[in-house]
Amino acid sequence: MEELIRLEDLSYTYHAGQENERPVLKHVDLSIRRGEFLAVLGANGSGKSTLAKHLNAILIPTGGRCIVHGIDTRATEELWRIRQQVGMVFQNPDNQMVAAVVEDDVAFGPENLGIPPDEIRSRVDAALRAVGMEDYRDFAPHRLSGGQKQRVAIAGALAMETDCIVFDEPTAMLDPRGHEEVMATVKQLHRERGITVVYITHFMEEAAEAERVIVLEKGSIALQGTPREVFTQVEQLKRMKLDVPMAAEMVYRLRQKGVKLPKDVLTEEELAEALCQSGWKM
Amino acid sequence: MLQDITLGQFFPGTSFLHRMDPRVKIGLLFLLIVLVFLCNTAPTYGLLGAFTLFLMLRSHVPMRMMLKSLRPLVWIILFTFLIHLCSHPGELIAQLGPFEITKEGLQQGIFISLRLVFLILLSSLLTFTTSPLKLTDAMERILSPGKKIGLPAHELAMMMTIALRFVPTLIEETDKIMKAQAARGSDFASGNILQRLKGFVPVLVPLFLSAFRRADELAMAMEARCYHGGEGRTQMKSLKAGRLDYMACSSMAVLTGLLLYLRFSMQ
Ligand SMILES: Nc1ncnc2c1ncn2[C@@H]1O[C@H](COP(=O)(O)OP(=O)(O)O)[C@@H](O)[C@H]1O
Ligand SMILES: [Mg+2]
Repeated sequence: MEELIRLEDLSYTYHAGQENERPVLKHVDLSIRRGEFLAVLGANGSGKSTLAKHLNAILIPTGGRCIVHGIDTRATEELWRIRQQVGMVFQNPDNQMVAAVVEDDVAFGPENLGIPPDEIRSRVDAALRAVGMEDYRDFAPHRLSGGQKQRVAIAGALAMETDCIVFDEPTAMLDPRGHEEVMATVKQLHRERGITVVYITHFMEEAAEAERVIVLEKGSIALQGTPREVFTQVEQLKRMKLDVPMAAEMVYRLRQKGVKLPKDVLTEEELAEALCQSGWKM
Repeated sequence: MLQDITLGQFFPGTSFLHRMDPRVKIGLLFLLIVLVFLCNTAPTYGLLGAFTLFLMLRSHVPMRMMLKSLRPLVWIILFTFLIHLCSHPGELIAQLGPFEITKEGLQQGIFISLRLVFLILLSSLLTFTTSPLKLTDAMERILSPGKKIGLPAHELAMMMTIALRFVPTLIEETDKIMKAQAARGSDFASGNILQRLKGFVPVLVPLFLSAFRRADELAMAMEARCYHGGEGRTQMKSLKAGRLDYMACSSMAVLTGLLLYLRFSMQ
């Protein structure tokens, strides 16, 4: 599949060259394919947000390169093209809405790109429909739930006709219903529109929906693979202070006690199956 | 307790005043203000009064709400009236201690107070029938010729928009912090003014910290959505003056003509 974003030996240091400099990302190599659903896991402070901000040139690498659509993010004259192609949805739904009315907020991106008014109107309508928020076009943001606000933020990215949306812990501040709303919208956009999704989260269940998972540890990629490959690395995940899916944790402990079970168990159904087959008696 | 604070005094509706282009409304309001200052005789005041009343009735904003906008200024109006009442020499009608009340004074008092009343009513008609967002938008357009001499029209309008967007959020947050502090024993309701102000410090500090964090994150979110100032920017809802606005302008021209005639030829 076609490559959309490539990080080559990317490093990033906050306040580089000053006495309080702080290296955060260290020699990250990563390739993101068009249409992929990639989840990024990692403990607090492991550099997930810093990584995300490189994907649409909010941060420029202090070492190595970040290439989006064949454009090096250091090429400042192409900045708006990069940001148009890679949208962002942040953690706090309140702090990313600019306008006092939902549809004006969705229009903000296309307005910045200088799109003609009629086309903005049709893009905004289509984007609001795509996230199921068309009935709320005249609402003030403070009258929406957290999940609804995040869907409006997604519509804001769609209205710029992005190929890729980077989500930086979009559900961390939401209630369980908000989680479901956002996750369902993300999955639908990925499935139906082929949007490339980079989804940063610390919820295992959400990461398990992805096609590929990378785990960051202290600014480097520590693990990567399919959710199954990653989540069965129980010892490693525990060492990085990350949660482990219940079934994988159980298999891990039983295997430690000498019960013969296959290693790559991810879901609870698979666990039940494996337990039955092992002939293990309660 | 803070929830019911609303910004401005917009009263949604569909009257012709609501539907007019806000730029035209602002322009015509300025013209009306000039006309108010041109009034000097009973017929001119009568004409402008009738016109103001007509606008008030056709705006579909409840009369009670509009009259309420006079309330904060009632003392100033009264004071102005009294000053004029006793400070014009002329035909004496009454003597109150050292104050001489004259016919001219009475007339001038009524005229000047009416002037204030008209000014207040007409400007509140604008804010009653125009949403703050549209006002902001109109402000940007009206000020944009000033960009050439370095007037930051777009930036001012963007500031207003963001303020409008965040005031409800910050009010909600203040409410939350106040409740949290009250639960820890803070008392906002008793003591003298100094003690009360001191009680507010534990509310203001977290509020400001959070506002700065919000500003930081918002700036980043705006950049991520390709914001780079007003240059090359388009707007989905571009303002367009229509038939209604031309009609309003023509009516105003007629009113202006009539008023000028009354003022300068009927003396
Ligand atoms: N603006 C900044 N200036 C200095 N250090 C920062 C800044 N932003 C983040 N950091 C530091 O970089 C590290 C990684 O942060 P971040 O990328 O936000 O991690 P994560 O999103 O995985 O929690 C943290 O230790 C944090 O303290
Ligand atoms: Mg983060």
